[in-house]
Amino acid sequence: MSRAGSLRGYILIRIALMVPMVWVLLTVVFLMMRVAPGDPISATLGGKLSPADLDERREALGFDRSLFVQYLEYLWDAVRFQFGTTITDGQTIGSILVENGGATLTLTVAALVFALVVGLPLGLIAGRYRETLPDAAIRIFAILGYAAPPFFIGLLAQLLFAKNLDWLPASKMASPIVQAQAETYTHILIIDLAIDGNWDGVWDVVKHLILPAVTLGLLVMGVFIRLVRVNVGQALGGDYVEAARARGVPERRVVSRHAFRNALVPVVTVMGLQVALLLGGAVLTEQTFSWPGLGTRLLQYLNSRDYIGVQGLITVFALVVVVISLLIDIINALIDPRVRY
Amino acid sequence: MTATTSVTGTPDKAPEAGPPKRRGGLLSRITAPYRQSHGIQRFMLVSGTAISLAMILMAIFAPLLAPYGFDTYQDADGRFPTQGEPSDRNPWGTTVQGFDVMSRAIFGARTAVEVVLLAVAFSLMIGVPLGLISGYIGGWLDRVLVLIMDALFAFPYLLLAIVAAFLLSNTIDSGIVVTAIAITVVYVPQYFRVVRASTLSAREATYIEAARAIGAKPRTVIARYLFPNVIQSVPVIATLNAADAILTLAGLGFLGLGIQPSEAAEWGYDLQRAIADAGAGIWWTALFPGLGIVLAVTGLTLVGEGLNDVLNPTLRRRRVDRPVVQSRRAVGSSAVGPASAPEVEEDAGQ
Repeated sequence: MSRAGSLRGYILIRIALMVPMVWVLLTVVFLMMRVAPGDPISATLGGKLSPADLDERREALGFDRSLFVQYLEYLWDAVRFQFGTTITDGQTIGSILVENGGATLTLTVAALVFALVVGLPLGLIAGRYRETLPDAAIRIFAILGYAAPPFFIGLLAQLLFAKNLDWLPASKMASPIVQAQAETYTHILIIDLAIDGNWDGVWDVVKHLILPAVTLGLLVMGVFIRLVRVNVGQALGGDYVEAARARGVPERRVVSRHAFRNALVPVVTVMGLQVALLLGGAVLTEQTFSWPGLGTRLLQYLNSRDYIGVQGLITVFALVVVVISLLIDIINALIDPRVRY
Repeated sequence: MTATTSVTGTPDKAPEAGPPKRRGGLLSRITAPYRQSHGIQRFMLVSGTAISLAMILMAIFAPLLAPYGFDTYQDADGRFPTQGEPSDRNPWGTTVQGFDVMSRAIFGARTAVEVVLLAVAFSLMIGVPLGLISGYIGGWLDRVLVLIMDALFAFPYLLLAIVAAFLLSNTIDSGIVVTAIAITVVYVPQYFRVVRASTLSAREATYIEAARAIGAKPRTVIARYLFPNVIQSVPVIATLNAADAILTLAGLGFLGLGIQPSEAAEWGYDLQRAIADAGAGIWWTALFPGLGIVLAVTGLTLVGEGLNDVLNPTLRRRRVDRPVVQSRRAVGSSAVGPASAPEVEEDAGQ
């Protein structure tokens, strides 16, 4: 334990631990995708092409080799960030990421911001006034936010705000005309438009973004409320809060400085887990709002039974989760020295 | 049941062990959380139980409650209209395929209950034994299992279910059992982790040592002594997972990977078909199946969280601290007495 407390040591160990984790993840993905009888080519194109054509395709893509060789190749490709070329429309997973990743990123970041901005204050209130009426109301709100699946909230939001009130657009990421005007710099539409100074276009994207972001944000918000509520409750019963009270620190200050601050630290910790929830929810939300993100692409390949497309995108999702939880652990170690031990 | 009670009644049971009431029949054990809770907790627990029971009754008596079958598209007067507004004939309207929305919403409860019961049973049957064995025996088996389960746990759970459903439907078939298996994949790691963790802490307890000392085989130790103690943390997780499983089932259905519409009525699938309706301002095809999901999940979540509040010793301990902070209520609460016990035991165990 000589390295305890050393931030650099912690980060290095954490990165080293990531390697077996990623390896197991990749192996699990590969096994899941290939445990099925037959090979990707006949699963995807079987019945559409003649047997000879199938054989030719199989050979060209290397599916006639042994599973073990394919596994090694899959690992080697993944190390070089190459996740294959889809069977049905011949796109590399990399190009799909570039093309559709921006939309998913925009959606998830906006949803996370909404969840934090609304969820944290509600959680603080519920924890401060535990077992009173506001607490009960907020808890039930949190449970409902979790219990209502994003596609249901999304549909209701479309019916109310898009159809009945006509305040916001119901689906897609931008109006066709904005879409056509946009030059591509970063592949993130809203940033591209801002670079061009096309503020009407930015506003158009924001309007399209509101309903999906709130829908997805509600899903994650419940977790934040619950977590902050419990932590504030525990912090308020903590020794240091008691000590602060005993020193005669005013109650307001005790609550805001001593209890709330400490209650917020675990939020960063669980943020890593929320990424998994967000990505899963994003697939559903994108489908509800015809949002042109990675989830929509994943579904396209699921429906066309494109094994390489599915395998590639799933691998990417898994890696994203692992990398983000690594980043969050490091941030966590930076702000909370206790983590490093 | 008697064996369970006598074993858990031994003085040095694990700190996370269940309800403070240690003796008594099955009935009093089940009702204990309801009697111990108070205020908002009791309200949540009771209303959650009521909603869940209503859902189960609806599932059982679906054929009697629903005006038509889930795949009925006509009656004596001929075909139903498609996307028909709510009327006397179809109280909640009809879908784009001309099915009766009310019947499908009610039969949806049946599908949800069937799938969730199967999924929870499967994941318990796999997750609990694996967790026990992994935690008790340890060694390389433990390490390999932990590695795999952690990898599965880190995976976005919906994506895991999607992949499982995709592969199963391509190779075996779709249907209630297959969908339940796809959902099982998601929840096995959770039971595994919880059971393994409590096995690890229980393994060092005196009563396990005593059992080993008198020459009990690992099999006996696991089945007779570890299992009844470790299993106590499971009901809360199982309830919360059941709520989650309904969402996963609906998510799969919504993505078109779940149960096919001709096999059973499924809320998620109906919502998928309702996307196009929403653009046309048709609200009844989305509202009723969606409400079914919300009600079912809310009911189970309320039960799970309510149980957690009452049974969870860390929360109980906090309530003991409360009179100091707020000096009101809680002193007379029945939770105060037994709540001090786990703390003492925990200290003694270390």
